Amino acid sequence: MRKQNGKSDLSRRGFVASAAAATAVASVLPAPAVLAGGRPRVVVVGGGAGGATAARYIAKDSQGAVDVTLVEPSRAYYTCFFSNLYIGGFREWESIGHSYGALAANHGVNVVHDWAVSVDRDNRSVGLAGGGSLAYDRLILSPGIDFRDGSVPGWDLSQQNRMPHAYKAGSQTQLLKAQIEAMPEGGTYCMVAPPNPFRCPPGPYERISMVAHVLKQANPTAKIIIVDPKEKFSKQGLFEEGWQRHYPGMIERIGPDFGGDMVEVRPEAMEVVVDGEAMKVDVCNVIPAQQAGRIAAAAGITDDSGWAPIVPHTMQSRADENIHVLGDAALQGDMPKSGFSANSQAKACAMAVRGALTGSSVFPPRYSNTCWSLIATGDGVKVGASYEATDEKIAKTDGFISQTGESAELRMATYEESLGWYDGITADMFS
Amino acid sequence: MMGPCTASANGLTSTSRPRPAGLAACLTAGLLALTLLAFQAASAWSDDGERGKELFGLCKRCHQVGSGATHRIGPHLNDVFGRAAGSLAGFRYSRAMREAGTGGLVWDDATLDAFLADPHTFVPRSRMSFDGIKGMDDRAALLAWLQGYSGGAADLPPAEPTATPEEYGLDVKILSVAGDPEYGAYLAGECTTCHRTDGADKGIPSIVGWPVDDFVIALHAYKSGTRVHAVMQMVAGRLSDEEIAALAAHFQEVEGNP
Repeated sequence: MRKQNGKSDLSRRGFVASAAAATAVASVLPAPAVLAGGRPRVVVVGGGAGGATAARYIAKDSQGAVDVTLVEPSRAYYTCFFSNLYIGGFREWESIGHSYGALAANHGVNVVHDWAVSVDRDNRSVGLAGGGSLAYDRLILSPGIDFRDGSVPGWDLSQQNRMPHAYKAGSQTQLLKAQIEAMPEGGTYCMVAPPNPFRCPPGPYERISMVAHVLKQANPTAKIIIVDPKEKFSKQGLFEEGWQRHYPGMIERIGPDFGGDMVEVRPEAMEVVVDGEAMKVDVCNVIPAQQAGRIAAAAGITDDSGWAPIVPHTMQSRADENIHVLGDAALQGDMPKSGFSANSQAKACAMAVRGALTGSSVFPPRYSNTCWSLIATGDGVKVGASYEATDEKIAKTDGFISQTGESAELRMATYEESLGWYDGITADMFS
Repeated sequence: MMGPCTASANGLTSTSRPRPAGLAACLTAGLLALTLLAFQAASAWSDDGERGKELFGLCKRCHQVGSGATHRIGPHLNDVFGRAAGSLAGFRYSRAMREAGTGGLVWDDATLDAFLADPHTFVPRSRMSFDGIKGMDDRAALLAWLQGYSGGAADLPPAEPTATPEEYGLDVKILSVAGDPEYGAYLAGECTTCHRTDGADKGIPSIVGWPVDDFVIALHAYKSGTRVHAVMQMVAGRLSDEEIAALAAHFQEVEGNP
């Protein structure tokens, strides 16, 4: 992997790549105004399913005509999708880690490992935590989620080691797995599930399945409690059927009817208080309410919901046409917040950005999503939909979901398909 | 890479049953699960030829054999016995298959048997999207039938098409729609979230390098619901004839991992 050394390195590589590109494209471009100062510059903030895909597609498809810089603090990126399978023992940790080396080497993306902390929209530049700034013609924000302060009374980020969220893949995921494996015999794992909308709608419930899978083998008298503020959840019928079949008697869900929306935690005492009644737990996985990653608010493009409204055809911010927002952070309509959705949105965005900056063809966007979940060994299910851009929102047009009572063969095929999808989407992001 | 059974199975050419002890022992030692499956597949056929021809139905969506056979999704299978793997002109093999051939893999009864038993293990990263035939007798019947198309036999029966519009109740006019590869390249973004452009096919089939007609017919068959898969029916359901043609034009030219 290429070492990133800061701005002098960026400029040098940018210059080398631009020399060849400028002559190649100059004759066919309709010469948008932004070209006056050289190659148009795109800065992408966030190297996940939205940002990495957008950076890759813009760099790949513009063949050097656009200068693409990706700002991502992590050198090794661990995917949130499939991190539950790591908790369940179905994946090795290394198998969900990826580097940005190929984006730089194969497509000339400048990868900057730093935090983007501010956006100067008037001067079109992004401020970095390490000092300095990056100028852009188009900015793509794909920062994922941050947690809402105070959404679970008693919990804040300073408590994340006692009560992990494990909802951004990384050391939190490893910590939660270690805590589950260290539970005393017959102990209790409790999840405080998030209110809508949140990243990966089936994610908490796939995690419950994976925790149950681990405990069934290592600690079969252990209990799992879900404290859930929602009336219902994604793939509920499929999960509940699977839990009944694979983990009978192990999982209890406390919905809003029984105080699931009135929860407080006491990390020092390892207690969860539901509707005034305290219970001792051994592991407490708090998944708080969520909002767009904080750079979106810093850029001033979020609304009262905490998410960033976008124009459905291009993923442009409704507040600033020079900024696009992808993935979890976007307030876009019907698509779930998922890696698949972010990847899908990134391609529509990449096309729109290239069209605006280089005059390349722009086609109507096509959005789609499929979410696979694993319930137990070889028992995979999926839900998916296709979407189109309307003036108002990204609107669902068609969809499907796995059925209860499906054969073991079909469930195994669905699981194997999910393995193929993982390889496919990570190649689409990082290769 | 040669599969685990190559050494002990090499040189065996007989397709008569019971299978030679060397191969059976190898399967027992190295591929226990497959051996167990093999005996579950006892079938009530009496004629290798009929059974073999019937089993070729598993292959015929991709491969042609017989007079006039051409490369389709897979290479044609005339004279496959005695041929080095990955060696036919005019077909874009995976790198894995070409390297297996230059590494000495020659198709004969034993190597084809081992390949068909578990394609992904015998030639890892080949582009053949097929999980194999678990029944040992079934493989023997298929190979016995296929051997009739090797060795320069005259008067071969005509090759059957890999796919026709008619068999899916589709209008033949779908095959004459022109596809714009540039549009296809954009539309392909929806495919490559799952299907890999390097042609790898773990869990999800490879779709690179397909003949246009096979691609067009497959997508229309999903669109019309005669081919069943929830995701593919949804994806194809909103593709127009022109968009399907555009995708076919694009993916035909994707090289995979040459």
